[in-house]
Amino acid sequence: MKWILSLAEAKTCGTQEVGGKARALADLTAAGFPVPRALCLTVAAYGRFVRQTGLRQRIAMELGRKDPGEMRWEELWDASLRIRNLFLTTPWPPGMERRFRQEVEAYFGAKALVVRSSAPCEDSAAASFAGLHESIVNVRGTSALLDAVRKVWASLWSDRALLYRQELKLNVHGSAMAVLIQELACGEKSGVAFSQSPTKPGTLVIESVWGLNQGLVDGDIEPDHWELQRDDLTALRHRPAQREKLLQPIGGQVAAAPLDKWQMGTAPLNAQEVRQVAKLALHLEDFFGTPQDVEWTWQGKHLWLLQSRPVTARQNAGNDDQRGWYLSLHRSMENLQYLRRRLEQEILPGMEAAAAGLSCIPPESLTDSQLAEEIIHRRGILAEWEEVYRTECIPMAHGVRLFGEFYNDTLHPADPFEFVHLLENAGMRAVQRNRRWLELAVAIKTDSEIHTDFSKDAKLTEPLQERLEELAEETGLGKNVLREMLNRMAQTAGFKPAAREPQNAKHLQKEYLARFPQEDRERAAEYLELGRASYRLRDDDNLSQDRIRRQVAAAEGEARRRLALAATPELQALLNPGNTKAGNGRQSGTQWLSSTMEVRVRQLQGQPAGPGVVTAKARVIREASDLASFQPGEVLVCDAIDPAMTFIVPLASGIVERRGGMLIHGAIIAREYGLPCVTGIANATDIIQNGQRVTVDGYLGLIVIHRD
Amino acid sequence: MEQNLESNIRQLLANQNCAVLATSENGRPYTSLIAFAASDDLRRLLFVTARATRKFTNLRREPHVSLLLDNRKNCGEDFRDAMAVTVLGVAGEVPDAEQAERMNLFLERHPLLQEFAASPSCALLEVKVQRYILVSRFQNVMELVFES
Repeated sequence: MKWILSLAEAKTCGTQEVGGKARALADLTAAGFPVPRALCLTVAAYGRFVRQTGLRQRIAMELGRKDPGEMRWEELWDASLRIRNLFLTTPWPPGMERRFRQEVEAYFGAKALVVRSSAPCEDSAAASFAGLHESIVNVRGTSALLDAVRKVWASLWSDRALLYRQELKLNVHGSAMAVLIQELACGEKSGVAFSQSPTKPGTLVIESVWGLNQGLVDGDIEPDHWELQRDDLTALRHRPAQREKLLQPIGGQVAAAPLDKWQMGTAPLNAQEVRQVAKLALHLEDFFGTPQDVEWTWQGKHLWLLQSRPVTARQNAGNDDQRGWYLSLHRSMENLQYLRRRLEQEILPGMEAAAAGLSCIPPESLTDSQLAEEIIHRRGILAEWEEVYRTECIPMAHGVRLFGEFYNDTLHPADPFEFVHLLENAGMRAVQRNRRWLELAVAIKTDSEIHTDFSKDAKLTEPLQERLEELAEETGLGKNVLREMLNRMAQTAGFKPAAREPQNAKHLQKEYLARFPQEDRERAAEYLELGRASYRLRDDDNLSQDRIRRQVAAAEGEARRRLALAATPELQALLNPGNTKAGNGRQSGTQWLSSTMEVRVRQLQGQPAGPGVVTAKARVIREASDLASFQPGEVLVCDAIDPAMTFIVPLASGIVERRGGMLIHGAIIAREYGLPCVTGIANATDIIQNGQRVTVDGYLGLIVIHRD
Repeated sequence: MEQNLESNIRQLLANQNCAVLATSENGRPYTSLIAFAASDDLRRLLFVTARATRKFTNLRREPHVSLLLDNRKNCGEDFRDAMAVTVLGVAGEVPDAEQAERMNLFLERHPLLQEFAASPSCALLEVKVQRYILVSRFQNVMELVFES
């Protein structure tokens, strides 16, 4: 069966075979619209590729670790990164490659190309995958084209496409797509047009930028905006943009460049060109019988039509569509660099200042009604910062992802998480804090005078007392808890905190950069720098936010203390004592079905998040007070590592966490200390009991509970 | 997941006709394919074998056995979808007093083996199950343990 088709051939096929986009372009070409020449790789071509290479099964296994519906987004991202890497590292079957080379070389010669997805369910009026699947612009040479097609195929399994399909209740496992290979119409100015504005029915909308329209579609470059009367094309409004840069093909990619001076001062389209685009949009609306969302580009005097789809697809009138949110899962370099500055210069210092401000008011000094007010005030401040955390700090994690994708796309490593090594030793505050804490523990152990001081209940010397208080302030743990732990660490025979050979970050970085040709090194360094900042900030922000949270807890603690002595209705109402988080109905790893039958968990699969294997006693940490009983060398089992927990990590031999993902806090800190780590074990703290011997296999992502 | 364990085991026992039986011959493992039937409470697995077989000889010397049954389809999706259960237990001949009832249970499940089972040279055996170990999704392992 033929799996590479011309658009003329694609015209006779259904969207199930060639996808919606290819079918629409085939119709437009046949009707004489100015569409760039194109070939279509059918859905069957995708099927042939994944079948012949065995990828079909490997994808099924990757998504079969856990029910995708139960995976957190972080876990889906990990899975999709692995799948993407499978595509990038799996060679084309020789027969397919030969055929593909023949056909595309004969058809396109050496022209620059665009590779786009054309999935069967894409761009229907009900669901739009616009932007969820990948498009690759300015592909030169057949080898690059073979790569580009695999990348577009892989985008069928991107985290955002998976989530979106799940929401639409589409069968995730049976997905497939066709691919469109088009000549690149390298326009000097480009844009989109809505033949009918989604918000103002009598109006037609045009947006335009200098250069290629990728920047407009991705939201990176602000477009000039026109509104016209639909019936007579009277110009109603022109909103000029702050024109600064354009996207253009450079080498084998697309890159931003500053605009010439005259372009900054000139709208991309003149009045006559605006009318011509508008006419094209209306013509297309007539042709398809429904309002169209059109992409076009202007090359010399020629207006090319790049794409046309129903307006509803992009706008989705239903409004319960969350595609915008899924799209936001992909962030551009520029957006993230801006976010980084916000975090470093405003948000983290802001959180620190807020916490410091609150700590100036000792709750003990307040009257009951002042205390009640203070609690409300502190909760309000915390809520504000939590919102900032949610909207700005969490998205910063995309910096790591962007770097990871860049690394895998350009270097094709066998291990899709190889890039993480380059992020380690990023200078996280938690690690610096832990260093001071371990120094104190070592000092106690080696200095006999201090040792005696700590082991008995004697009053500590002033410098020791100071160091202890400093740590208590930083960790938010009581001095007694800290003292007990330090003492135990000092008494443990052979106590040696986990500390890896310091990796030579400079050396790794040099090696990394050397893998790029000279002209790409600056860009490669930029991605790495962003990744490292993102990795570090995602840890540091937890610490800053925690400081505010502790100020709330301090005020609430004072209220609780007073309530224990006397009933005070205004404090009582605030604390709502009925709401305790004791583990009622907690499941455990051992469950008695009847008096003589017992269910036990032996081995569970989570996600490998830190390489290494260890077998040791488990210590389940549910709340801060559990930390005091932690013994050096135990496996730390928790729901999610919070900032107060990070300082026992160097004492642990392994980590098991309920939350899943390679890039969650616990996994990051585990790798920083070279500890085996498995994440995404549902009910980890309920299934595993204190003192049980467990094996943490951080290579395969397994935990084994031993009972014999 | 705990709730599913028992029903998954029940399903496998109900849907599979045969299991691999491992016996021991002077400390060396020996495997055979047998047709089995499970009791309602999951505590017993019944099977019939000729007395002249190696497995029968092995069992008389070393009654500890292991069985394996699974629902693989021999395709790539098995690694994701297939489940396997390992059974640990002790095998022995069904006492005379229980012969009739147990034989009925076995034949209800395997009517085609009526003639074979009725042969005087055959024995009806039961494995008293101590533990089921279910492997699903490639690497998840759960155990159902009976008190001895």
